[in-house]
Amino acid sequence: MDIQRLHEILSTVWVVWFVLLFTGILAWVLRPGSRDVARRHAEIPLRDQQT
Amino acid sequence: MAALAAPMALTPAEPDVEAPIRAFAIATVFWGIAGFLAGVVIAAQLAFPLLNLDLEWTTFGRLRPLHTSAVIFAFGGNALIGTSLYIVQRTCRARLFGGEEMGWFLFWGYQFFIVTAAVGYLFGVTQGKEYAEPEWYVDLWLTVVWVAYLVGFGGTLLKRREPHIYVANWFLLAFIITVAMLHIVNNLALPVGGGIGKSYGVASGVQDAMIQWWYGHNAVGFFLTAGFLGMMYYFIPKQADRPVYSYRLSIVHFWSLIFLYIWAGPHHLHYTALPDWAQTLGMVFSIMLWMPSWGGMINGLMTLSGAWDKLRTDPALRFSVTAVGFYAMATFEGPVMSIRAVNSLSHYTDWTIGHVHSGALGWNGFIIFGALYWLIPVLWNKQLYSERLVSWHFWVATLGIVLYITAMWVSGIMQGLMWRSYDELGFLQYAFVETVAAMHPYYVIRMLGGLLYLSGALIMAYNIYRTITAEEEAAPAALPAAVPMAAE
Repeated sequence: MDIQRLHEILSTVWVVWFVLLFTGILAWVLRPGSRDVARRHAEIPLRDQQT
Repeated sequence: MAALAAPMALTPAEPDVEAPIRAFAIATVFWGIAGFLAGVVIAAQLAFPLLNLDLEWTTFGRLRPLHTSAVIFAFGGNALIGTSLYIVQRTCRARLFGGEEMGWFLFWGYQFFIVTAAVGYLFGVTQGKEYAEPEWYVDLWLTVVWVAYLVGFGGTLLKRREPHIYVANWFLLAFIITVAMLHIVNNLALPVGGGIGKSYGVASGVQDAMIQWWYGHNAVGFFLTAGFLGMMYYFIPKQADRPVYSYRLSIVHFWSLIFLYIWAGPHHLHYTALPDWAQTLGMVFSIMLWMPSWGGMINGLMTLSGAWDKLRTDPALRFSVTAVGFYAMATFEGPVMSIRAVNSLSHYTDWTIGHVHSGALGWNGFIIFGALYWLIPVLWNKQLYSERLVSWHFWVATLGIVLYITAMWVSGIMQGLMWRSYDELGFLQYAFVETVAAMHPYYVIRMLGGLLYLSGALIMAYNIYRTITAEEEAAPAALPAAVPMAAE
């Protein structure tokens, strides 16, 4: 298998891999039960009152 | 999840590094005014070419990169570095890695970069690459400063006491890393010596063009978008005193931006020697950028949900929210213009200039103003001198933007249509000079728009000067953080 062929295969595989990765991120972020954790994370900038 | 509750009780052992951030805030105002002034001057030159003064140092060709670099890298860059150092310390509950020395090195190092670049432009030392004009010696220095910035920012993230890295820092880190990569690759060049600061780029031909616009568009994507989104995700919640509308959406927003933006560069090279497949790729990815565009807009605006009344009483918040509106508008328009058929009309015309300025003046400028009006009273522990002047600044600047972008839409579309008009014999309908003459009134309107925007910034500078030099310190916050109370 020459380098040209390898490049063709890799560039196709790369697209699939990125789509899967992005879908995985979406699924992880929007998974049931993540809402409360996310809500607490959103409070981070508001919890810094220095006295 | 108990770990998440623990940091609430933490108070920083050492105070945050603030003095260099105050310097960055002042530098932001200073360079903003310098950059807007340069913009007004070159806008006037386009309307009245006499103002080129027949001197090589003051021609449009040399002043134009001075304007773009001053507003993007000096005004925008100082705002980004200053606010990012503030945000990362506050949200990580950790002192800046490297301490005061790191902050001061970054401040003076970055100012030195700006001045050496600007002096070069005036004397005709340039690589001739848009937004990457500085020659090799300036590029090398910026690399040193930028790596230090990455170390300072990344080091602070590593020593954080808040377990989770707040999303604003994700955007800021992406901005720092990507700009480093873009800057290094696009500036690979061989100096020719002889003490004239000249170099030749390693790539040539269409490869060079592609690398340049991979750089150029991602400077927009990661410097002017990702970095400023970091600002948005911190300052709008602080100003509105409410958490961001949806934290989960902010993460989707982040990853969709990261996955897509880097591929959009080829839309700057439609109908060139660049292979068709690459042009189509750039176009498709640009269209997909509507996803993060809507994600950011919804998240920024909906943070105000239930607190819209604050817009009436807080003109600084008005800046930040209007900025998100312009972000939505500019990032809607951009993908439209990246479509090849639309681009055949818009490319090389003033439409592009109008598009850039709705993003730069409306989104970047306004989010910086909103952040400054919030941050400066906090950094100096003073009450803002005048809310009324903030309101004046807001309306004067908004009117300026409206004049600017509408003039450029009309001028740009007219220009594009005139260029492609044929008569019944197939000859071009208009000579080039006729298109130039037709644009004159719009160039005058654009200059007036710029003048209004500059006036607004001068009002801000006065307001900030009075705030900082006021004798009295702000009364210590009388109220502790709001505590939910049981209903009666």
